[in-house]
Amino acid sequence: MVTMAFRRRAQRRNNLRALLYLSPWLVGFSIFFAYPLISTVYFSFQRYDLFTLEPVGLLNYRYFFKDDATWTSIKNTLWLVAVMVPLRVLFGLGVAQLVTRLKAGAGVFRTIFYLPSLVPLVAGTLGFVYLLNPSTGPVQSILGAVGIQSPDWFGDPAWSKWGLTLLALWSIGDLMVIFMASLLDVPRQLYEAAAIDGASAWQQFFRITLPVVRPVIMFAAVTGVIQTLQYFTQAMVAARVASGATDSAGSVFTPGYPDQSTLTFPELLFEQGFRDFAMGYACVLALVLFVVSMVFTVILLRQFRGFAEEEA
Amino acid sequence: MTVTLAPQVSAPRKTATARRTRGRAFLYWVAKHAVAIALGIMFVGPLVFIFLTAVMSDRQALTANLWPTSWHWENFSKIFTNGELLTWIYNTVLYSVLGTALMLVSSIPVAYALARFRFRGRKLAFLLVITTMMLPPQVVAVPIYIIWARFHLTGTLWPLIIPMLFGDAFSIFLLRQFLVTIPREYSDAAKVDGCGEFRTLMRVVLPMARPAIAAVALFQFFYCWNDYYGPLLYVGTTPDNWTLSVGLATFRAVHRVQWNLTMAATVLAMAPVIIVFFFAQRVFIEGVKLTGVK
Repeated sequence: MVTMAFRRRAQRRNNLRALLYLSPWLVGFSIFFAYPLISTVYFSFQRYDLFTLEPVGLLNYRYFFKDDATWTSIKNTLWLVAVMVPLRVLFGLGVAQLVTRLKAGAGVFRTIFYLPSLVPLVAGTLGFVYLLNPSTGPVQSILGAVGIQSPDWFGDPAWSKWGLTLLALWSIGDLMVIFMASLLDVPRQLYEAAAIDGASAWQQFFRITLPVVRPVIMFAAVTGVIQTLQYFTQAMVAARVASGATDSAGSVFTPGYPDQSTLTFPELLFEQGFRDFAMGYACVLALVLFVVSMVFTVILLRQFRGFAEEEA
Repeated sequence: MTVTLAPQVSAPRKTATARRTRGRAFLYWVAKHAVAIALGIMFVGPLVFIFLTAVMSDRQALTANLWPTSWHWENFSKIFTNGELLTWIYNTVLYSVLGTALMLVSSIPVAYALARFRFRGRKLAFLLVITTMMLPPQVVAVPIYIIWARFHLTGTLWPLIIPMLFGDAFSIFLLRQFLVTIPREYSDAAKVDGCGEFRTLMRVVLPMARPAIAAVALFQFFYCWNDYYGPLLYVGTTPDNWTLSVGLATFRAVHRVQWNLTMAATVLAMAPVIIVFFFAQRVFIEGVKLTGVK
């Protein structure tokens, strides 16, 4: 009895102490996540522009299914998820595989391949729009020397998403580091034994490497999807710089240049909510984004219990 | 292989052979690393061309030339002439420094509690941290914007700095992942010696967690430095409070300048990140590893 009461008191003290240490986050979670999430549901049934609030029932939801720009932005975002994410994962894995196989200079190459992922997004995007522009860009100069006409990467709706994909492939540094950590876990003797048995490089990859790195590939793919659902900065900056819009009097910048081909879902949300102040509709878009990202977050948490394990 | 023949030949020819061997070894190395070298050039190329363009003359920047005919270092001072670049840098530094400092103060205790304390709801709390880390910031952006508008703080950077007082999910996650790897014995020993929980954290755990703290501090600093979405949302229409990233995105159009000056400003925005990286490469790489799965 005495020990029970003692233990209960100790437990309560533990809980209180945890509460104290967690308090900054608990306050932050309530103010900047829980409350806004509930509030987003409420505003999705209103028309609100920071001044007047008017309940409009399902109007915002009906608009979601009717609005062309919304569907364009969904299609663009899905394109990025379907093309950019797998390419990034494959390329990141390939580069990691290459670097771990190098006998000399692996450290130098790792630095070189990692560096671009640190370059500020705005600066990197600006650089790529310049590098790939077909009139004065160095890429055209080099391609022109061998007689190839470079496409108008950021000015042609058929190429703009590919231009963004190139930029994304340039910054696979973090993926490479995560893959390298996993590749180095593969016991070397396995490769040596396989080589003696005459296994080809492909066989070695599929039979030895892949089983070890598969969870990391899954992890990279799922986090890649979640990140791509919020794809904003590169698309916004590329469109702004390529179109030459200034935002000053006369020419107002609308994202998506050229021809809405780079208009992503988060960009549409941004425009609707904070430039047109159609905040009710922006909340509908936010809820859609919430549901889709939540699905992938749940997949992530279920697949990688190690992520939230008691002791790592 | 040719080396074995060397003793039979005379001295001068021996060095020639050795040189040839070394040359051949170098070629062999290049061939074996050809793919890596080609890829390496493609990765460094953009940075090199951005830099080369930044030092071109105005006229040359209009051409498709790759190499500057004359080097115009003054481009880097020219971009400062109308003063706003300094304002942007000031705002960016303010946001990055305050954001990082506040994040550290608020996130370390939370990460420590999640890694070490046993309490009801610990698992749930950690799951919620991961969830908020994964979910796009746009999901809850509208009501948060409305809160800041009520306090008349939209148009300033405070809506981006103040929330850092309440912990940052990514930093909490990363710190927690590191803290659970520190053996409990250390803090237990400290407690036996009469250290309270807080002193154990400050004196024993924090010094051991220095690499992880350095990593989250660097990540947070550069997150703020590079952030475009946040500043665009809150100060996009108040140019006095622009950060470097917001200013840079409009630089070329607003100033009707050539690519050379735009690239000079781009180099300027990249420089701190690249310089710090070369001094703290290990911290970055180890930090990134912590974000993955084991």
